[in-house]
Amino acid sequence: MNPRRKKRLIMTSSILVGAAFATGLVLYALSQNIDLFYTPTEIVQGKGDNEVKPEVGQRLRVGGLVVPGSVRREGSGLTVAFNLIDVGPAEITVEYEGILPDLFREGQGIVAQGILVAPNRLQASEVLARHDEEYMPPGLAEALKGIEHVPPSQQNYNQNNDNQSNDKNNGAEEEGSGGGYDR
Amino acid sequence: MIGEVGHFALALAFAFSALLAVIPLIGVARSHGGQMAIARPLTYGMFIFTLISFIALVWGFLANDFSIAYVANNSNTALPAIYRFTAVWGSHEGSFLLWMLVQASWAAALAVFSKRLPLVFAARVLAVMGMIGVGFYLFMLLTSNPFERTIPLIPVDGRDLNPLLQDPGMIIHPPLLYMGYVGMSVAFAFAIAALLGGRLDSAWARWSRPWTIAAWVFLTLGIMVGSWWAYYELGWGGWWFWDPVENASFLPWLAGTALMHSLAVTEKRGTFKSWTVLLAISAFSLSLLGTFLVRSGVLVSVHAFASDPTRGMFLLSFLGVVIAGSLLLYAIRAAKVQSHSRYDLFSREVLLLGNNLLLVTATMVVLVGTLLPLVHQQLGLGNISIGEPFFDEVFMWLTIPFAILLGFGPLTRWKRQKFAELRNSLLLAMALAVGIGFALPWIFADVISGLAVLGLILALWIVFTTVAELRLRVASREHKWPALVKLGRSHWGMVLGHLGFAVMIIGIAVVQNYEIERTVRMGAGDTANVGGYQFHFRDMQERQGPNFISDSATFVISRENGKHVADVVAEKRFYTVTRQIQTQTALQVNPFRDLYIALGEELDDGSWAVRIHVKPFVRWIWAGAILMAIGGVCSLTDKRYRLRRREEKKARKQNAAEAS
Repeated sequence: MNPRRKKRLIMTSSILVGAAFATGLVLYALSQNIDLFYTPTEIVQGKGDNEVKPEVGQRLRVGGLVVPGSVRREGSGLTVAFNLIDVGPAEITVEYEGILPDLFREGQGIVAQGILVAPNRLQASEVLARHDEEYMPPGLAEALKGIEHVPPSQQNYNQNNDNQSNDKNNGAEEEGSGGGYDR
Repeated sequence: MIGEVGHFALALAFAFSALLAVIPLIGVARSHGGQMAIARPLTYGMFIFTLISFIALVWGFLANDFSIAYVANNSNTALPAIYRFTAVWGSHEGSFLLWMLVQASWAAALAVFSKRLPLVFAARVLAVMGMIGVGFYLFMLLTSNPFERTIPLIPVDGRDLNPLLQDPGMIIHPPLLYMGYVGMSVAFAFAIAALLGGRLDSAWARWSRPWTIAAWVFLTLGIMVGSWWAYYELGWGGWWFWDPVENASFLPWLAGTALMHSLAVTEKRGTFKSWTVLLAISAFSLSLLGTFLVRSGVLVSVHAFASDPTRGMFLLSFLGVVIAGSLLLYAIRAAKVQSHSRYDLFSREVLLLGNNLLLVTATMVVLVGTLLPLVHQQLGLGNISIGEPFFDEVFMWLTIPFAILLGFGPLTRWKRQKFAELRNSLLLAMALAVGIGFALPWIFADVISGLAVLGLILALWIVFTTVAELRLRVASREHKWPALVKLGRSHWGMVLGHLGFAVMIIGIAVVQNYEIERTVRMGAGDTANVGGYQFHFRDMQERQGPNFISDSATFVISRENGKHVADVVAEKRFYTVTRQIQTQTALQVNPFRDLYIALGEELDDGSWAVRIHVKPFVRWIWAGAILMAIGGVCSLTDKRYRLRRREEKKARKQNAAEAS
């Protein structure tokens, strides 16, 4: 083999090996870190046509509305528990230790990420509330379409113009980093 | 009235950009000097009218003109004047106007500083900037006009700016980031102009290099300020969240970094030409993709019904046109481009190729992580989320070869390098890096974290190889120090950039592995011990701000031996107009650690949930980014890029001859 071809062979094969390694790494990391999203109803009754229920011990995300009056603190610590609901009647309980996000309110939509410790009980490692007050967890919005959701920013504010664009960009556009969730 | 002036000026700027996109190219085709030379005045016109439009919107905010819908939605009479000004880019329409102003400024700067380029080339570059302008101005005028009126029902007061954005970080973050984003369009314009002319030579690389570096510097600083803002303003104590919006800015940065290095090869060695062009196209396309992701609201699917779908569609089509058009041109022209250069396996070319491949891989990883949830959902497979651990893990693995190659790169010669020549310096650097990397945590920390040691070794490896490189450059000189100074700004730019990366790795490795976070329940008078410090909750007071009410908690921080460190105030603010709650963190900073206190919610018995972080070396992350940016600025001021008088005169004479 002449030196030039040899060089090409070495370069091509090392790039291929590198690419294979990178792909493998990405796929492995993905398989470890993809979390499926459920609504409370899907957790209790199963998801999709086959009604697949998540297993106890599975890591997942759940999104729903905080049931008013269900938020309770336990003892003197910082553990808080509350119930989540979507279209009902199924409810699940979320337990969380730590500080709830600023936008966490009863009746508001939130997303919790954590591990299912019982068929209807989630030990959350993270609770997220959207900066946008219009926010409802994905999927839930579809299920609840048609229900009027009054954002808190409009509840007491006498909005005396009927400009359509007001509703579009109500605090929804954050610039730059971190413009997603509030935790 | 002023609002209409702004709107009209925007329309005029659009007209100028449309002319700019067409006339110079016709001039080039017909070799008509006058038509090519008109590119400059047209660019100035585009810039001036965009500026007028921007000033009109600023005036609307400062004068509380709530008849402009955008002002009414994002401002309030109680908002302090400085935030009324920054509220201009607080939401979609206004931030796009800022984007346009930045785009027009880059084009105008190009028009001013391109006088020594051949007229044909300058005309082409400016025409491409005009084409990009056409797309964006059309987008603004059709879907996001910031001057829309609320007439006849003018609100008495505005709805106030999002409290998160009422912060000094937000004053500079968007303009810097946009300078970087849009700056990538200049590199793109150079690449397209070169493809149009069929001339991809080292002169082209030399012309486009300073512009790319300038855009990269702005992008680096923009991302850095954004990270810093998120750190203290969001109150989560993190500095990077792999949020889609962050990823949108990180993607063009990665591609831009690859482009910057690949341009160096093209300039110095005349190789990697088509690869460089492809990177320039990708960097700008990724900027556009980022804009699309952030602006259209597709990423957070709930936004799809709240925001205007035509915006997303418009941006997506524009993105499609740009990518398809430039790739088509690339396919037609790049086949003819040949690089004749020989280099061995161990040479700087190959190492820079490695750098490029790793950066492109990183870009792909971020792209996959950002888009996969979206694709997954669109295919009807349900909602998924990809967490931070995915990115953290993959980036850790990518950083290892990247940092190792980075150590070799500058030491290695172009074309061919004998390993034996470098063996001793490399072995010494490696021994020092490994030794000190283990020694530092062993001396200063209670536990030795493997990942922190790894990070330190990689960072020190970069530092020592950089020192070795500097030594090598002056080895044959008699007077070492003057020789070091004479190395050239561009060289020092590289050194600072690489050291900045090392500093950043140290910051990340230490803070990720040694930070302490504790959530505690505290009432006035309580004390918590975290990480060798005492945090004493002294009192809680209510305070009235201009447009908010705040609960301010004063904490007294002292060492465990009782030595007083500082008094800091953490706040929980309630913004009365937007009815939003906002946490203001308390920070006590020194170069080696941050003490960070965020107030949680008030509990039933009047005590508070408080989160306390001790974050060692977190400042080094941003310091590293600043160092990289300084390196970029240093390169920019290199003699090579300064106007060479004689050359400039010659070009001017030639251009004048062509124009007449």
